[in-house]
Amino acid sequence: MAAVRPRSWRQLADITIHESAPVHVDDHSHDDHGPGGAHVTATGLSNNKMAMWLFLGSECLLFGGLISTYMLYRGRHGSGPGPAQVFDIPLTSVSSFVLLMSSLTMVLAVNAAKRDDDKNTRLWLMATALLGALFVGGQVYEFTAFYNEGLGFTTSLFSSSFFTLTGFHGVHVTLGVIMLIALAAIIGRGRISGDKAEVVEMVGLYWHFVDVVWVVIFTLVYLIPA
Amino acid sequence: MSAVTEHVDNHSHSVEDDKGDGHHVPTDGYFIKVALVLALLTALETSTYWIHIGGFATPLLLILMTIKFFMIVLIFMHLKFDNKLFSVLFYIGLGLAVLVYSVFLSTFQFFAR
Repeated sequence: MAAVRPRSWRQLADITIHESAPVHVDDHSHDDHGPGGAHVTATGLSNNKMAMWLFLGSECLLFGGLISTYMLYRGRHGSGPGPAQVFDIPLTSVSSFVLLMSSLTMVLAVNAAKRDDDKNTRLWLMATALLGALFVGGQVYEFTAFYNEGLGFTTSLFSSSFFTLTGFHGVHVTLGVIMLIALAAIIGRGRISGDKAEVVEMVGLYWHFVDVVWVVIFTLVYLIPA
Repeated sequence: MSAVTEHVDNHSHSVEDDKGDGHHVPTDGYFIKVALVLALLTALETSTYWIHIGGFATPLLLILMTIKFFMIVLIFMHLKFDNKLFSVLFYIGLGLAVLVYSVFLSTFQFFAR
């Protein structure tokens, strides 16, 4: 067997594993990738996708805690402004609609990636990033307006729990926007490794989850009166 | 063909099936229709802010929220078309969150208010 010089740490690890079980080397060198470069796993499912779903399951616990804390403290605003005084439902409704439509553009990006249509994948990814940025912009505007109305982070238990919940969600959206722009750039340069459709789908799952969390926040925080 | 290669071939096939590449990939048109329904439900939710329906508002909003939640999770996130193991992983987290925080809120007598 000819010596193979590793070009990356990953390749070195692969060679080390194969050398410890030389019978498998020749068979696996050609067959351990599924269609589109996906790794074959013991379950037959993508480990990346499984890890993403597990992560999203754990995120339910994070946001569940934040939403529950807000629900408990939403009436505790003392002499400071309460939800009824500060919430701008028309603005938040538009923001919700924008985020909902970003889920549509995201799913169109995933479909385009599955068709191996790089141009449309990038187009829909950038459209999703733009809508996400618009949502974050709306949230910044909302936070500024609240602050000007006398609602700071430490004003009351209501304000602390509200800013923590919506702030955490805003950070998730911002990270999603960064991921979308980075992914569009990587696809544009043709430097994506592994299964491209799966990578787009991973980012898509994260993005849809962020949208789903907002669906819950919009109803429980903004629409149902305290 | 060796036993090892046969094993790998079977797995390659199941990866293709589970990804649903050749089976259940809804069209763009289908997703647009789902998005329109979601937009309609959002409009209905928002209308409760202007149209007062009294005590029906909260249950209606909770029902609409649940419908929207599962439409996104099942259709946009492909959980309906994907392997059941992904659903199990997600629903365990979701179920645990609902259970833990329901108990948490009950402890503080949130539902008694």
